Amino acid sequence: MIQNNTIQKWLKRSKGFLLNICMAFILIGVCYVILSPIFGIISNSVKDLQDVFNPLIFLIPQNFTLDNLRYAWQHMDYVSTLAATMGFSIGMAAIHVLITSMVGYGFARFKFPGSNLLFGLMIITIVVPVQTYMVPLFMQFRFFGIFGLEANLIDSYLSIALLTITGVGLRSGLYIYIFRQFFKGLPKEIEEAAFIDGASTFRTYATVMVPNAMSAIITVFLFAFVWHYNDTFYTSLLVTNNRLMAVMLTTVGTQFSIMESVRDHSAIQLVVFAGIVLAIIPILTIYMFLQRHFVEGMERSGIVG
Amino acid sequence: MPKSKRRRLTLRNREVLAGFLFILPWLVGVTVFFLFNIVQAVIYSFNTVDFNLGGIGFTLTPQGFSNLRFALLEHGSFNRELVTSLTDMLVNVPLIIFFSLFIAVCLNRKFMGRGVVRAIFFLPVIMATSAIDGSLDAVMRMMMGGASSIPPEIAGQQAGFHPGAIAFMLVDFGVPVIFIGYILDALARLYEIIRATGVQILIFLAALQAIPTSMYEVAQIEGATAYETFWKITFPLVSPLILTNVIYTIVDTFAESSVVETAFNTAFIHQNFGLSAAMSLISSVIACLALLLVGWLISKKVFYQVGD
Repeated sequence: MIQNNTIQKWLKRSKGFLLNICMAFILIGVCYVILSPIFGIISNSVKDLQDVFNPLIFLIPQNFTLDNLRYAWQHMDYVSTLAATMGFSIGMAAIHVLITSMVGYGFARFKFPGSNLLFGLMIITIVVPVQTYMVPLFMQFRFFGIFGLEANLIDSYLSIALLTITGVGLRSGLYIYIFRQFFKGLPKEIEEAAFIDGASTFRTYATVMVPNAMSAIITVFLFAFVWHYNDTFYTSLLVTNNRLMAVMLTTVGTQFSIMESVRDHSAIQLVVFAGIVLAIIPILTIYMFLQRHFVEGMERSGIVG
Repeated sequence: MPKSKRRRLTLRNREVLAGFLFILPWLVGVTVFFLFNIVQAVIYSFNTVDFNLGGIGFTLTPQGFSNLRFALLEHGSFNRELVTSLTDMLVNVPLIIFFSLFIAVCLNRKFMGRGVVRAIFFLPVIMATSAIDGSLDAVMRMMMGGASSIPPEIAGQQAGFHPGAIAFMLVDFGVPVIFIGYILDALARLYEIIRATGVQILIFLAALQAIPTSMYEVAQIEGATAYETFWKITFPLVSPLILTNVIYTIVDTFAESSVVETAFNTAFIHQNFGLSAAMSLISSVIACLALLLVGWLISKKVFYQVGD
């Protein structure tokens, strides 16, 4: 009996151990698949041209050089590109937070005729991709008419700003949904207390609800920022002459080849890798410090509902 | 007295007004930019769109079904891309869902370095993948002279990956030949699939963490095995999120498919706006039908917790 028990215990423990080993194996493997291109790009960005054809070199370059990074920096016009991209992304993210939190609050707390129908429409805006109506959207901004005035808003950031302000910009629907779920989860008593104290509805929202929604605000802000930073669709559709990071990255190879009269494709490729490193460094830095807010924010924000 | 009575709204009416005021910006946006443009997209696809001389406005010339017919029957690559995108979707979506559920279950267990692993899995969501692919694509195009292809470490066919060897191994294991193609296909898409799972894993993780631990305790006391616990407790409770994830995945794959790219190029490189609108319309209708079909199929199987 006792022996039987110990055997069973031993069996159970070894089974658990085996399971853990398998899991670790799979997780490490998947992590490798995700990380290896990134490491490869970083390693290539500091690699000298003569190392490219040396089959003995894997990841760690023998002839370390910063030339690629320097060329990429120069031909991407890095400082001003980064400043413009940061300004654009932060501005858009701020507008997103401002507008979608209001709309989300409206959907979460107020019952008005057709509110369910409108909420359904909101879900539809999440599901129908903007690619469906990109041509009319382009035409609308190309010949933007308001009160008899015609203007060409293509090539000005006003077009993207207008979409963002009216809550139909880049993934606005998702943010509205996140705020709506978050506000729904807050207790109604705090608003009632504010109402009894004589606060107006808007004041209640601005001074009571918004400070309580800080975690949702951080999540939405970070996601809006990162997605605007990475976005190429809206910017290439509506701001065709933009000089933001994503576009500069696409052209850095050609630019380098023409300006430096380099025809060696391996050299060009190394500079492009360096450009990629320069482009992802800001995002990676932010992610390293605020990783918790990205991952947990998505979890807690109540997408799961 | 009557005057003040008229001016003061009832609590109910005030609530209605406040609600409308809060969603007003979105209401404007959704009518002006969303609904209006969807109607316009349908109209465009039955017309040719020409810019007026002098650069003011544009004219529509009715064309009947010719745009749609051209897109489906005469365009060089559109119908092929449509079929490829659809089959890709058909293969990728189940793989992504199973994979992300599996990883979420793994990550839900407590172990050392869980935070780091989670951060790594979420990395593909943060990285500018389209911009990176675009720049690498540009370099490759320069090298190959027009033939665009993505370098091996990005496309997933890593050096040392031999489909043939794995195929022989699977045959030796006695795996039915019908499945081998699918398995090899899945292996070749590994990178693509892993890259597309960040958000889905998080959604499943949140669902797993919302399951009350008391259920597992009961199952343990009753002597259920881990396998039974998974299929009787975990799976039914996360099943509503499968629908969410399938919809998210389909929308995401659609937005990045080559069909969309073709439509974009047709409009903004070849300047054929009507044809582009027709292409968008066709692919969107098909994507919507796929969404409806999948949603209907899954919602029949989903287990909804009562009293939620």
